[in-house]
Amino acid sequence: MNSVIKGASYILAHTPDMVMENGTTQTTEKIVNPNSEYLKELPNHIRTYEQALAYLPNQTYIGNMHPDELAKYDQPWVDTTVEGMNQRTGKYGEIMPEDEFYMLMQCVDVFELVMLEKSFVAATKEKFVANPVIDESIVARIHEGVDASEVEHFVNEEHAEPLVFAGKTVGFVKRAHDVDPNLSAHTMLENMVTKASAVLSLLHLIRVTGINKEDIDYVIDCCEEACGDMNQRGGGNFAKAAAEIAGLVNATGCDVRGFCAGPTHAFINAASLVKAGTHKHVVIVAGGCTAKLGMNGKDHVKKGLPILEDMIGGFAVLLGENDGINPEVDTEHTGKHTVGTGSAPQNVISSLVTNPLDAAGLKITDVDKYSAEMQNPDITKPAGAGDVPLANYKMIAALGVKRGDLEKKDLATFPAVHGMVGWAPTQGHIPSGVPYIGVCRDDILEGKVNRAMIIGKGSLFLGRMTNLFDGVSVMITKNSGKTEEAAVSEEHIKGLIGKAMKDFAASLLAAAEEE
Amino acid sequence: MDLENQKRVKEFAEQYGPENIVVVLGAAEGEGAGLAAETVTAGDPTFAGPLTGVQLGLTVYHVCEPEIKNEVDPTVYDEQVGMMEMVLDVDDIISEMSSIRNEYCKYL
Repeated sequence: MNSVIKGASYILAHTPDMVMENGTTQTTEKIVNPNSEYLKELPNHIRTYEQALAYLPNQTYIGNMHPDELAKYDQPWVDTTVEGMNQRTGKYGEIMPEDEFYMLMQCVDVFELVMLEKSFVAATKEKFVANPVIDESIVARIHEGVDASEVEHFVNEEHAEPLVFAGKTVGFVKRAHDVDPNLSAHTMLENMVTKASAVLSLLHLIRVTGINKEDIDYVIDCCEEACGDMNQRGGGNFAKAAAEIAGLVNATGCDVRGFCAGPTHAFINAASLVKAGTHKHVVIVAGGCTAKLGMNGKDHVKKGLPILEDMIGGFAVLLGENDGINPEVDTEHTGKHTVGTGSAPQNVISSLVTNPLDAAGLKITDVDKYSAEMQNPDITKPAGAGDVPLANYKMIAALGVKRGDLEKKDLATFPAVHGMVGWAPTQGHIPSGVPYIGVCRDDILEGKVNRAMIIGKGSLFLGRMTNLFDGVSVMITKNSGKTEEAAVSEEHIKGLIGKAMKDFAASLLAAAEEE
Repeated sequence: MDLENQKRVKEFAEQYGPENIVVVLGAAEGEGAGLAAETVTAGDPTFAGPLTGVQLGLTVYHVCEPEIKNEVDPTVYDEQVGMMEMVLDVDDIISEMSSIRNEYCKYL
């Protein structure tokens, strides 16, 4: 029996100060060109928390607006506001402000590496603990804070990375080793942000699915960071570290990596683990990435736009045994970009889209919705990268025309019918196929969609170990209604035995007649 | 253009002579193709990579331009580029590429 999707969570944290302090575009510029016009101009382009809340793609990400609704508004969405569409919480998650996110980072730290200044903790604690997903076990982890002089000392003399809020240093992440670059303050900060956003995703997943924490057996982390030390740089394991803080006492887990394709690999792995009967409830989870904050900031500032890459993203999906209701994950017909596929776009799309369709005896138009790279075009278009989801839909449509699955005249309408506008922040793995899983579950349960395809692609060449890139895909379908019980019901077994006995009797008769 | 790619183009030009090099691009948009073409002819317009201020003047085409298409076996071309040809704004790419070539190419 196929496994099913029991729910998904999607969270964001608005981290404007981290754009300046930790985004690699900015940190590189500070080294190469410290007096640049860009660095002077950037603070004028930072969004407030309220602006980030009112931004429609963010509301879409946390589940307050359907992507089809978002598509009705003209792009760019930067200056568009809709009444009521500025909520902190949504169907799938929340948008956490930066000060509370620092509190969460402190709470997820188990090595006393993250320290916040006393008065900051005092000022933030009340609203942090008011969050319904922040449970007692997390509240118990709050450290009362350190003196301002200690913050100053660690930042100025001990190579700690400052945590800045509203332009003021309110804490720090210190190094976990004196010489090991894998445990430097920089790396620890990146990893702590990933862990905190993964934990927040898990907490919301528990909220939205209502599952008992004790019932989760296994967690797969699929972000793009690595944790380890100089003797095992990518040792892991973010999954178990986040599961510990989220209170998943009966779970273990592992990290699955594949650049931006990681989440789809993890999704297929998780669905297969459940289907095989290895585990009953498997979660995939990923936190976000500080390095990519303000990645295209230069283009956004040049074009008079706000810094739109000020959000840390995270998500989690719960897979479970077939319940006859929730959408199924069809692990029998997956697409994969193989070593031999090559890099021509045609071969890539064939391997990811048409190969699994052919195996399942389907046409391109039999898939109601495709979800490939769901980057928000507000962010990518001004940076010269175009509308990424649209480009994917055009390629799938063009391949459909070549195969005769659709007419050339349908090329123009295909993206609107079988695709969606992009709404996810450009956090690498976060927009890659998976933002639609939550919406897809709802669409299928409401009968709006019968079959969808999740496509993850990853730029492996960035790691300089291969020139190849990668991709995998998997289909989600409406539940066939056949559960494990139904498939092996008593009547069914009686029928099978009856038939076997009849066949046996017939063969005996035939043998007797021959004699 | 990716800094690593700029470095490789520069090294190839030094190794084989700029007059013997043809750069074939596969960018998805006219603007992106134009920027890459400018990089290998007039120098890196973003002043970030090894080709900053280096006017190689290399011959450069986009794979969807007729000059390249006519050099390739039609079956192979259809198999490798046919789908993207349908997707891309080929006219826009040709106009961007031609204007850069006319202005900066030294070996046409």
